Amino acid sequence: MTLKIKNPGLATSIQDLGRIGYFHLGIPLGGAMDRYALRAANMLVGNDEGSACLEAVFMGPEIEFTETATVAVTGAQLPIKVDGEVQEAWTSFVVKAGQTLSFDFLQAGARIYIAVSGGITTPEALGSRSTYSIGALGGVEGRAIQAGDELPTGGSEGPGAGRTVPESLRRKPGTPARLRVLPGLYWHRLTDEAGAGFFEDEWKVAPEADRMGYRFKGGRPLEFVDREQPFGAGADPSNIVDGCYSYGSIQVPGGTEPIVLHRDAVSGGGYFTLGAIISADMDLIGQLQPHTPVKFEKVDMTQSLAARKDRKDMLEKIREELG
Amino acid sequence: MAQVLSPLPGTFYVKPSPEADQFKSSGDAVAVGDTIGLIEVMKTFIEIKSEVAGTFTAYAAEDGTPVQAGEALAEVAE
Repeated sequence: MTLKIKNPGLATSIQDLGRIGYFHLGIPLGGAMDRYALRAANMLVGNDEGSACLEAVFMGPEIEFTETATVAVTGAQLPIKVDGEVQEAWTSFVVKAGQTLSFDFLQAGARIYIAVSGGITTPEALGSRSTYSIGALGGVEGRAIQAGDELPTGGSEGPGAGRTVPESLRRKPGTPARLRVLPGLYWHRLTDEAGAGFFEDEWKVAPEADRMGYRFKGGRPLEFVDREQPFGAGADPSNIVDGCYSYGSIQVPGGTEPIVLHRDAVSGGGYFTLGAIISADMDLIGQLQPHTPVKFEKVDMTQSLAARKDRKDMLEKIREELG
Repeated sequence: MAQVLSPLPGTFYVKPSPEADQFKSSGDAVAVGDTIGLIEVMKTFIEIKSEVAGTFTAYAAEDGTPVQAGEALAEVAE
């Protein structure tokens, strides 16, 4: 069966859990910005957790179904409609052949995941269906979906309507959003005052934030410890001799606006990174709208691993719930 | 009176560039599909078009300010 795209929304793309194993070659991880929500959406419609879904940001697409399928939408609060009739989020529903799935204005969060029983079955590129637009890899011809596209799916009718993720397991950021940070290799480059200020200040998501990086504004500029810049590092104190960037690492070009590297980010470069957002909180970033207030919170490795376990336990509870 | 609503969150602009005139002024005719403003988000400027025809009344959101999805951007008298 195919999904006929009548209106693509804004930068709606096919995503799965990502393109694992090529980061050392400079190919970004790719995959859903909120992988928790993508896994939940797939479980609701009876798919493998890593099946390809549509990720829509801020605006929903309009899609006509050519065959009957089970569908679930998780993530942001973006009212869901089938032929105009409102549907529950985080809950499976049926879209019949000939019906159209559409969305109203965004109420909270940033990204929805639309899972269709059977999954989207566009060809894989380097082991993943995820769309990496900048590198023209994966998805539909390496780009966001467009009006007129017909997306192939696995064609299963799925488990039907009424499967739901309990409210307590629908993970979303608070206000202000609290993002936990593990200080990293280059933390020593900051003065004690600047290091403390980073965690004291309230930041806001910059409108530029996208799948590559989430930029934050509004906190005090960072001051660096004086040093003679090493050969090859460039004159700005926020520069280093090139280093590796991890998923979630926080660079601060010029010391002014922190950028958290996300799924479509490069794997190395010449900015110092003060640390990284812990893996358990990366999905929350995918749900932040521009201008959302954010507080960074310092944690240690023990707390980071405990948070990772909490997130795994939540996913396990969804698995048990939906069996 | 019809309102033009923002389909997405971002920063709203009433002009195509800082030096240019604003897209519409009070009393201007508005046709369906006329651009009335821009929303900047994710390094992209998205044109906001009117879905109604009539006479432009006023902007409801200020130039260069953050807006939410569903927020009124402008008013058009039908």
